[in-house]
Amino acid sequence: MTGFEQYFIELADTHPKWNFVYFYQEVERSRIITGIYYTIGLSILTVFFSVVVGLVGAWMQGSKSKLARLTVQGFIQFFRNTPPFVQLLFFYFALGQFTPTHSPDGWLEVPIISNFGWAVISLSLFAGSYNVEIFRSGIEAVPVSTREAAESLGYNRFQSFTKIILPLCFRICLPSLNNNLINLVKTTTQAFGIAVPELLYQCISVYNDYSTSMNAVMLLMFIVFFLIVGLIAWSSSALERKLKIPGYGV
Amino acid sequence: MKNNFSILYTYNKKLYHTVDSTRFSFWLVNSGYKWCIAFLFLTILYPVNAMASNYTYTMAFQAFLKWVPLLVKSGFVLNVIISFFAMMIGTALGVILGLAQVSQYKIVRIFASSVTQLFRNIPWLVLLFIIMLTFPFEIETDDKIYKIPDWTKAVFGFSLPIMANISEIVRGAIKSVPLGQWEAAESLAFSRQKTFWQIILPQCYKRMIPPWMNWYAILSMATPLVSLLGVEEIITLSRQAMEAENNNPELLIPFYSFALLIFFAYCYPIAKFTIALEKRYAVKL
Repeated sequence: MTGFEQYFIELADTHPKWNFVYFYQEVERSRIITGIYYTIGLSILTVFFSVVVGLVGAWMQGSKSKLARLTVQGFIQFFRNTPPFVQLLFFYFALGQFTPTHSPDGWLEVPIISNFGWAVISLSLFAGSYNVEIFRSGIEAVPVSTREAAESLGYNRFQSFTKIILPLCFRICLPSLNNNLINLVKTTTQAFGIAVPELLYQCISVYNDYSTSMNAVMLLMFIVFFLIVGLIAWSSSALERKLKIPGYGV
Repeated sequence: MKNNFSILYTYNKKLYHTVDSTRFSFWLVNSGYKWCIAFLFLTILYPVNAMASNYTYTMAFQAFLKWVPLLVKSGFVLNVIISFFAMMIGTALGVILGLAQVSQYKIVRIFASSVTQLFRNIPWLVLLFIIMLTFPFEIETDDKIYKIPDWTKAVFGFSLPIMANISEIVRGAIKSVPLGQWEAAESLAFSRQKTFWQIILPQCYKRMIPPWMNWYAILSMATPLVSLLGVEEIITLSRQAMEAENNNPELLIPFYSFALLIFFAYCYPIAKFTIALEKRYAVKL
């Protein structure tokens, strides 16, 4: 036992309200580490898929067919005006019934999409609906003459979208995109509602195991989430500065 | 002589009958083998019957309709109340914090902006858990115990992130007024205070209203989170209602779709109105 662990054991003895159980107990420590691992994994996956959803939606919004545009508009309005938490519950409990099941050991029937999978799907769609609007505003900011120039050079719609409009649009809408993605990382905690073992869930489990560890667990949650979100906010603003179009914007 | 003392009544077997758990097994043992076979048959039939239960979506929907008034009246209304009070408190605190962010004194500015950043960067759910679990559920004074209803703690938990975001809105609105106006006011011999209250702030109200409404919509969409902490709002009541209807999986679709729809019906008009206001108040360049 190291002096570090010894210190917190003694602290728990002398100050029963400050029981930093996750610093000296293997089980609780592994809980916290799994929680951080899951939070980061969930964040990375949802950020990636929400950007994909946003790109596809923005591309569909510029399409000629009215049906496609209406579908995207309905999708955006639905996901923007309903609570993400209820979306999670609806996806996991209500739509989860209809997914096929497989059985790994011949006895259990496990749905193909786990609660983690549903959390990724529903949160990506939620943030994706915001991303569609963000990308659309970026696309609108690209001058029409640039688009026409691409057309005159023989680019088709897909090529001009991926090779000309997107690189420009991405740099224009990066600030609002970052804002939304930070918001998304904060929303991943709501996966607690469908028992995804991310940091909040694990912290509450630790608290349920040791009720004396309440203050310590709450402090840990506060600091870790502040650090994760702060790190993302800092790195994204650094990226913004790096990719800034010279002479564009403030 | 007649009186009403119950102790004088004669023993009534029906009145004082108690449930004896052993009675059924005694009876079963003493009854003939025919009954035993009949019960054995029934126990075999039960799972077969349960598996072949034909609980359809129409039945689920009818069961759901029965619960709608409760879900709306005591569920959704509580959501609205929580969001309303949280918005009031959050706005009041946020305006003060936002004004502090543009203060003349550096210490006040640093303090206000660090509080703002702290509460903006924390997930709402984490903050809610911290507030709901660490704050007392009752306050004891010398002669009385005051119970604190859990939804008031939820209001407090929501008002903190709202405070931080409103503070950013106020700061942004004040910063969006061109610096030239400050200088013009100064040249007209306005004091800093007068410039602020009579020239800068009146221009800010219009710019603050659309984002303020946007945050109200976000807040009201966040209120179902408190169901994780046991506040009896629409999602908690939906779960309880589904339990009361024997937890049939068919119930999930109507109940959760209703929750989605009612929030949509509440937030969509706000969003539309916000966009309309934004267009009307847009600064014409």
